Amino acid sequence: MGKTMVRTILSVLVDRLGRVGQLLWSGWAGLAGLALFAALWQAGHERYGGFILPAPLATLAAGVEIAAAPAAWALAGQTALRAVEGFALAAAAGTAGGLAAGYSAATMRLARPILTVLLGVPPIAWIVLAMIWFGSTDGTVVTTVLVAATPVVFVGVAEGAATRDRGLDDMARAFGAGPLARLTTLGLRHVAAFLFPALTVALGSAFKVAVMAELLANTGGIGGALATARANLDVAEAMAWVLIAVAGLILVEYTLVHPVRSEFERWRNAARPWGVKR
Amino acid sequence: MSRETAFPSPPPAPSLTLSGIGHAYLGRTVLDAVDLSLAVGEVAALVGPSGCGKSTLAHIAAGLVEPSRGRVLRGYRRHGMVFQDPRLLPWATARANIAYPLRLLGLSRGERRDRAEEAAGRVALDAADLDKFPVELSGGMRQRAAIARALAVDPDFVYFDEPFTALDVALKRRLQDLVIGSSRAARFGALFITHDLMEAVRIAHRVLVMDVLGRGIAGSRIVPGEPGGRDDGDLYRLVGAFLADDPLFRHIHDIDERRVP
Repeated sequence: MGKTMVRTILSVLVDRLGRVGQLLWSGWAGLAGLALFAALWQAGHERYGGFILPAPLATLAAGVEIAAAPAAWALAGQTALRAVEGFALAAAAGTAGGLAAGYSAATMRLARPILTVLLGVPPIAWIVLAMIWFGSTDGTVVTTVLVAATPVVFVGVAEGAATRDRGLDDMARAFGAGPLARLTTLGLRHVAAFLFPALTVALGSAFKVAVMAELLANTGGIGGALATARANLDVAEAMAWVLIAVAGLILVEYTLVHPVRSEFERWRNAARPWGVKR
Repeated sequence: MSRETAFPSPPPAPSLTLSGIGHAYLGRTVLDAVDLSLAVGEVAALVGPSGCGKSTLAHIAAGLVEPSRGRVLRGYRRHGMVFQDPRLLPWATARANIAYPLRLLGLSRGERRDRAEEAAGRVALDAADLDKFPVELSGGMRQRAAIARALAVDPDFVYFDEPFTALDVALKRRLQDLVIGSSRAARFGALFITHDLMEAVRIAHRVLVMDVLGRGIAGSRIVPGEPGGRDDGDLYRLVGAFLADDPLFRHIHDIDERRVP
């Protein structure tokens, strides 16, 4: 008994290690893409000069200098906190609304025009409104992020819930599953495949909108630092702040969103032939 | 349990009784006044031309569809069901799929695992295949997993809704033998929907023929001998005789593909 237990644990461990290795290995492709981007950037720098487009290495150096200062970490943390706060609220609201719309056609019909209106209003207008409502506070940024990110999650989840396999629902009912059991064992699992891509997009827009809202509402954070850099015409510093914002986003995406998603997508990966994986 | 009384000795109470079942899809009547009674442990094949409503009847009997009229009386303890397509959860391994109904029953993880593996053994699914996802399995393996899932709940009645229609002839025979064997071993009764008369006479004690327009059961024929103990040559001759001389089977191969099933 103990022996088989150890063997099971070992095989699970090896399997997990293999998948972590696969994820890390896939990092080479990402690195190559980034290197290509840096080469193009360098070419642009050599063509237009350091004032318009600072060299990637100079930007990196400015970034390292900023990162060395504890005050900068507080600013970045402030932005990240606001973005993640808005993102979490948007994920909760979008998932709940999307499930309701996916399961009930009437809710979907009611929600669709509201969604069109929400998506039609430019984020900048929301920032102005939020500034009037909340002043120069966290609330302005979080509200803007919430409004910008919710529709993305909502649409993804609603589509997932609406495209669930009714044959599986019937199968579960034949084996005596009630509505709640069907939702938890089939519905949510199916929706998850749609939820994660939507969350990735929502998280990206949460960071971007947070920085924009900070810049326009002058509420500190990375956006505030960008506004200062612009006032000083310090292009290298402005770009370094952009770099930091992007780095933060990449960090959250690859340590949080991607591992969870690949866990949910194991069966899809299993269907792919060797060599095409990732 | 009265399941000790094997068919065809007189059974105590029917395991499934349908009385006056009627059903309509969008105002169009597909079933009307269907009466049907199956004895405990009896395997009945329900045949009929496609579109006559035999699948709908099985779904009504299994409780998936609410009939517009009539009553369903289930005398059995617990049923399993096998559908035409395997209907496996694509994101779960074969093992987890077989254990899915056990999860609904609230069994512990270890017990689920044991019973799923036992059921997989009964349908000759390899232990190595149990960790694969449905996309990695062949069509026959998937249907085996679906049968194992139905058997895992230890049913005393199983609904088969044209389970082998999509499989090739050799595979079909193998899976038919598997159903015959497990039905004898576990003593479950079954309602087996099919449009293949040869399949019906191989598997069942009794062949029921559905009316072309779904107006009740047109009639039934008892197949001599026990499923699994019959000679294939005799069965071919029996099917030939059914089709050539028996007026009950005259419309069995009528097809009207404009009708929605």
